[in-house]
Amino acid sequence: MSFRVSKGGHIDRSRSLKFTFDGKTYAGFVGDTLASALLANGVHLVARSFKYHRPRGILAAGSEEPNALITVYRDAARYTPNLRATQVELYHGLQAKSQNRWPSLRTDFGRINDQLSAFFPAGFYYKTFMWPRKAWKAVYEPIIRRAAGLGVAPTQADPDRYAQRYAHCDVLVVGSGPAGIAAAMSAASTGARVILCDENSQFGGGLLSEADHSATRIDGLMIRHWIAQAIQKLKENSRVTLLTRTTAFGYFPHNFVALSERVTDHLENPDLHLVRERLWQIRATSVILATGAIERPLVFPGNDRPGVMLAGAASTYLNRYGVKTGSRAVVVTSGDAAYTTALDLHAAGVVIDAIADLRTAPVGAWVEAAQSAGIKIIAGATVLDTQGNVRVRRIDLGQVVSGTVVKLQPINCDLVLMSGGYTPSVHLFSQSRGKVEWSDTVKSFVPGRSAECERSVGACRGIYDLSEVLTDGAATGLALASKTPISVQSASFTVKAMPIDTNPYVGALPQPDSQSSSKAFVDWQHDVTTRDLALATREGFRSIEHVKRYTTTGMATDQGKTSNLNALAIVAQTLGVPIPQVGLTTFRMPYTPTTFGAFAGISRGDLFDPVRTTATHEWAQARGAVFENVALWKRARYFPRANEDMHAAVARECLAVRHSCGIFDATTLGKIEIVGPDAAEFLNRMYVNSWSNLNVGRSRYGILLREDGFINDDGVIARLAADRFHVTTTTGGAARVLGTMEDYRQTEWPDLKVWLTSTTEHWAVIAVQGPRSRDVLQPLTDIDMSASAMPHMSVALGAICGVPTRLFRVSFTGEMGFEVNVPADYGRAIWEAIFAAGQFHGITEYGTEAMHVLRAEKGYIIIGQDTDGTVTPDDAGLTWAIGKNKLDFVGKRSLERASMKTATRKQLVGLRTPNGEVLEEGAQVTLRTGQKPPMALVGHVTSSYFSAVLGYPIALALIGGGRARLGQTLYVPMPNGDIKVEVTAPVFYDTPGARING
Amino acid sequence: MLIIDCPYCGRRPEIEFTHGGEAHLVRPPQPAELSDQDWAAFLYMRSNTKGIYAERWRHARGCGQFFNALRDTTTDHFLSTYKSGTPRPVVNTTPSEEGHS
Ligand SMILES: [Zn+2]
Repeated sequence: MSFRVSKGGHIDRSRSLKFTFDGKTYAGFVGDTLASALLANGVHLVARSFKYHRPRGILAAGSEEPNALITVYRDAARYTPNLRATQVELYHGLQAKSQNRWPSLRTDFGRINDQLSAFFPAGFYYKTFMWPRKAWKAVYEPIIRRAAGLGVAPTQADPDRYAQRYAHCDVLVVGSGPAGIAAAMSAASTGARVILCDENSQFGGGLLSEADHSATRIDGLMIRHWIAQAIQKLKENSRVTLLTRTTAFGYFPHNFVALSERVTDHLENPDLHLVRERLWQIRATSVILATGAIERPLVFPGNDRPGVMLAGAASTYLNRYGVKTGSRAVVVTSGDAAYTTALDLHAAGVVIDAIADLRTAPVGAWVEAAQSAGIKIIAGATVLDTQGNVRVRRIDLGQVVSGTVVKLQPINCDLVLMSGGYTPSVHLFSQSRGKVEWSDTVKSFVPGRSAECERSVGACRGIYDLSEVLTDGAATGLALASKTPISVQSASFTVKAMPIDTNPYVGALPQPDSQSSSKAFVDWQHDVTTRDLALATREGFRSIEHVKRYTTTGMATDQGKTSNLNALAIVAQTLGVPIPQVGLTTFRMPYTPTTFGAFAGISRGDLFDPVRTTATHEWAQARGAVFENVALWKRARYFPRANEDMHAAVARECLAVRHSCGIFDATTLGKIEIVGPDAAEFLNRMYVNSWSNLNVGRSRYGILLREDGFINDDGVIARLAADRFHVTTTTGGAARVLGTMEDYRQTEWPDLKVWLTSTTEHWAVIAVQGPRSRDVLQPLTDIDMSASAMPHMSVALGAICGVPTRLFRVSFTGEMGFEVNVPADYGRAIWEAIFAAGQFHGITEYGTEAMHVLRAEKGYIIIGQDTDGTVTPDDAGLTWAIGKNKLDFVGKRSLERASMKTATRKQLVGLRTPNGEVLEEGAQVTLRTGQKPPMALVGHVTSSYFSAVLGYPIALALIGGGRARLGQTLYVPMPNGDIKVEVTAPVFYDTPGARING
Repeated sequence: MLIIDCPYCGRRPEIEFTHGGEAHLVRPPQPAELSDQDWAAFLYMRSNTKGIYAERWRHARGCGQFFNALRDTTTDHFLSTYKSGTPRPVVNTTPSEEGHS
């Protein structure tokens, strides 16, 4: 049966569309939403509620819809759950599915939750599932997750593209109802750059719900003609940008507003060249919020049955979409607004059995109009209950007679329309950190003092009279665009409309002492009832912030658009305090759910983060290297040959370095050139070491602390000239270290004559390590590399293969080693030249994994692996590096604090496993075996490898009082039992250190 | 995203900057002479003001300079930005009228 009226509205009856809902095919028209098309087909039951699985219908007609959440399916990768049917535009072939039901919407097993609702009161999560603790993960959580839920996320990657755009404007107008249009027009008239956005597919806002036959006129024009003329005028202005299907969802400081534009979701066959959504990041000099108001539902028992909806929504469905939402209706209202609905529906042939008016003595033009249409009006009315399973079929009205609620004769109907006035949409205003104020006349919070250069206009600040709304918008638009006081005369409008007494109502409707056992819903989406709120206050919750978290009212994806005010009023009434005293919760972005795709934009896959590669990257790729990410760098981790696994490849690479020679790309190390007459003094103040006594041509292992005394970074620092140092940092610490140095240079010691330059990208660094390294390199360079000319920790300037080089003799392997620095552009050529020259000596390329093993065999630490921000130089066994006679350096004072010197601090030691296990990095260490959790822990494993040259596993660990425990047996508890470990010195290989001086 | 007025470069978006913590904390010239308590106060105690707060920023992805700013932490509005080493400016402590600055 069709509920479509034959003419009127904003749909195109000449273009019919087919769509499916839960597999069943229906017809609609271009211009329909999924909700209007379903209602046109008589479908009210569209969802099951979140907690009780109650049958739910369509409550609203806009983005405030709490019930009608559905999934739109295009293909396995393209389906979007939790969309509001009221916002989904119909296209031919649209496939929609209901959610949160099994096996079907009509017969839903989860409905048992409703019967068991006594066991699911507010806060039931906190009460029921505390014990036994283990059952939470195994039993309760899976059941709850299955039972209480929304839609299901797609399991495939999102194939669509999303764009992001930045824009600037003088005035951003959010919302295109009468206030927004008037504001945009007057702002644009000054020549200002204006952006007008609206979440709907058409401009006009609430005006689109005006009946075609309405007598209302603006400047003598029918409403739809006035909208068309205004929008046309804005379109012709090249300084105006008009955006439909665009939700302003986030308001950030300094008038930075985020909009989400849905570009293709409404199209049957989206052009593949189009992005699905576009995220607009707008910086506006001024913002005008014309976000309107949301009709407030009434709270009475049985107010959630399908067929119970907001009166304004019924007007929208009838006047905009040409859909009658029922055949026999009862209208329950606190003011005049729903009378327009009753009269419109009556004119469309819907039987209006009664208008149940909450007012004790309703009077005025609207009341008279209803009376002359023959509609029965019940004054002082209230609703006691409704009946009906998947659709309302009866309403039980009551009447308040001298303070007592008496029952009236029940009325059979298939539609209950309710209206408690309006709640201004202050969401964006609140996001902007403006202060809302309680208004007794609006019975709501309205915008008070602004925090940003922003103004609210029209219904979103409690102004509902059309003439006033237009004037408010126009005056504010002009004022904000021209930066003049709002009192300046702006455009005036001639409006012909009947005045409306909105008479807002807030809280639950009056009930007799023996009230119905039916639930009276406050928050439809989260299934929060009046009883839940009463329970929360009984249990001692006073602030709305606490009540909200305990009952979850207002915490659903609709952020309580239809429920917050009623919840507040009920809590306030129960506590016997004024509403403002209970407080309003803070609104947060997003106004409506926003896709992750819009936020990610193009930052996916290869474009997720910048990738840094070294000069030898392609060479390593060609050699089959397996790479790892180190900060943003790609580093070769190991170079497997034939069928080698990582273990075999790393063992081979390590042995090559120990026995002949290895080549390793160390380019990613941070490099800072420190130059100036005070360069040495600057380094003295920054690093723990002393630098004044470092000779030109020599280098030293430097340690940088934070001011709190813990190790921040390390690296080799070479003196190239009296006033010039070549500093290296860790790969990940490069930018941080330079930032720290700049901080001290600029803000603490601006008198020092020293300059810092990052040279990380300028030098390619080729480490050549092993007993044959000198033999490989000497023929290629004019530098005398003999042991006497170039001892360990020396540096020489010269040429290699004719390319200028800074040649370091330095070792992170314990072998004789060199690091060849050449300008980055020559990196690949020199690498290949060295590799070719080394063939005779068995040169082997190695990766970061072998580098890690080789340094661990020597007990060399890696910052961030063997240190964690709580490790002092002494903890790491590096006290020797501290300059003995220095009065000060960054962090020195902190090392003097008593807690930094206790003998029980965690100290770096080695661990060996007598039974040959390779320990897990991060594993905890205990003193005694066989402990049950919670165990007494004495430290943890920081590095662990199998050492090929030694033939057994080794590990480094931070152990409390570790250096006093050498030789002790400790334990590493693992799921399969404790692993016995023996504490050793952290140096496992070549303890005397002879090889490095070869 | 904030707009920050670098005293060297002008107004730039926040992504070009890094925050540097509270401003006008001077590293004691002779740390060794401080008691443990005074040193700990220098290291860890911050005013964490609700309202107008003097803080450091670095135009890290611009000129690289550190500078100071007065920001109202309740609105995120800047009242002033000024070069390191210059004194904290005296400003009207009531924020400008409703952000119309
Ligand atoms: Zn700058």
